Amino acid sequence: MVPALVDGAVVLDEHVAARAAWSAVVAAGDVLTIVDLAGNQAVDCLLYAAADTGVRYSAQETIRRQGRITLTTGSVLRADTGDALMTVVADEVGVHDTLGGACSKESNTLRYGQHTRAQHGCLENFLLEGSRHGLGARDLASNINWFMNVPVDPDGALGIVDGLSGPGKRVALRADVDTLVLVSNCPQINNPCNAFDPTPVRMIVTTPDRPSAAAGDGEVSA
Amino acid sequence: MSSTDTASETATTAGARAHARAQHGRTAEFMRHIPASTSPTAPAGVSPDSLVWSETVAPGGYSSAVLARGTRIRFTDPDGAACAHLLLHRADAPHERLNVADTVKVPWQAYLGNGHPLLSGFGRALATIVADTSGAHDALTGTSTRAGNLERYGAAAPESASPAGRELFTLAALKHGLDRRDLPPSVSFFQGVRVRSDGSFDWIGSAGAGTSVDLLLHVDAIVLVANTAHPLDPRPAFTCSALLIHAWPAPTDLDRLSEGNLLGPLGPEHRQAIANTDADLIARGQL
Repeated sequence: MVPALVDGAVVLDEHVAARAAWSAVVAAGDVLTIVDLAGNQAVDCLLYAAADTGVRYSAQETIRRQGRITLTTGSVLRADTGDALMTVVADEVGVHDTLGGACSKESNTLRYGQHTRAQHGCLENFLLEGSRHGLGARDLASNINWFMNVPVDPDGALGIVDGLSGPGKRVALRADVDTLVLVSNCPQINNPCNAFDPTPVRMIVTTPDRPSAAAGDGEVSA
Repeated sequence: MSSTDTASETATTAGARAHARAQHGRTAEFMRHIPASTSPTAPAGVSPDSLVWSETVAPGGYSSAVLARGTRIRFTDPDGAACAHLLLHRADAPHERLNVADTVKVPWQAYLGNGHPLLSGFGRALATIVADTSGAHDALTGTSTRAGNLERYGAAAPESASPAGRELFTLAALKHGLDRRDLPPSVSFFQGVRVRSDGSFDWIGSAGAGTSVDLLLHVDAIVLVANTAHPLDPRPAFTCSALLIHAWPAPTDLDRLSEGNLLGPLGPEHRQAIANTDADLIARGQL
């Protein structure tokens, strides 16, 4: 088994089936490692301050403040207030997307044709998993796509192209505040974001060994 | 009632009322023109009588309106330093709103310009950009925040000299029964941003004074506009100038757009978005 990217006591270790949703509150100081088990699997991700879900991840604030469209080690994932929610502390890929958002039954009809409306999409996962935490459509905004590759050409053309990840590659996020992490393990089959074959991922939460880490009570709830 | 020679003219209700009423009919540099037909700024070729919205928004100001499907909205930057931050919500279902990710992903284009659809997150078109003499816009880096403007300029409140766009959007949203949860990523016009090959940002600023952008609404929409400095504007002093807004009914433009007679042939994604929107309105008995 691939271990967490950051050593520490494991407080959660869960397998997320292909095409499924997942969520957990990661306590401040704890580290979430996302493992791309089979490689090139987009993991759509939204973040909320657990204490106030009105404070949520902002792609625009995050990329403007760091001055770059993609995420990697050192990227601070900020709320639309500017506050830090999580920080990328380790990354084995180097490029993760902030622009492409989530797939949906509805947008599939624009991108690939009306015949794709019946297919499962990330919006379905976000809505249903979010509803378990009292969230609804109003609470969804542009999400992170871990392991997804979306270049912007000089003329502004952008698109989801073949991924740069591989089997077992990992990214690790440290919670800067208690953070609700909402994930859709992307079910898209019409573009290369999942190498046309959605696969499972693994979510590991660890409490780092550093004695000075004020990790609260370490409680994690799913 | 009694008065003395030294009493204020507003010391009594009658005096205060007369004082208040004497102010009517004045004009200001930054104001909404009501009725819109009285607009002193009507665009060339647009009859003032056809206007449903005419406003000059102050630097650091905001405005909002609920407008009908088929309305054409023109934003004009007369002096070259306006920055029109925009959000759109569907009027009768405001949880359906501008989705910036779909707006850049679905048409395969990160830079806004003529012919670009502004999409909701539910596979429908809220508006299309149907004219653009600027070409310097931004769909990626959003608007300014309270914390950001406090750090940059020392003030961020709506009543300050350097209001944050998100504070202005919050006020505009609250006036329509919406709140901060209803504020997704936004787009802005007139201060352009480009992405370099390494993924970093190049703020290209304004295309110059006198440019304009026209939107055509595909649905009844709540239009929220904040006119404040772009958050990547590198100038140390808060820099923003007036924004003109005009809107008028142009329902035949919807048919001309769909038929390819307004802007030429539309991309397949754009055509599907309009088809989904029209199908929804037909099902509601609204079309």
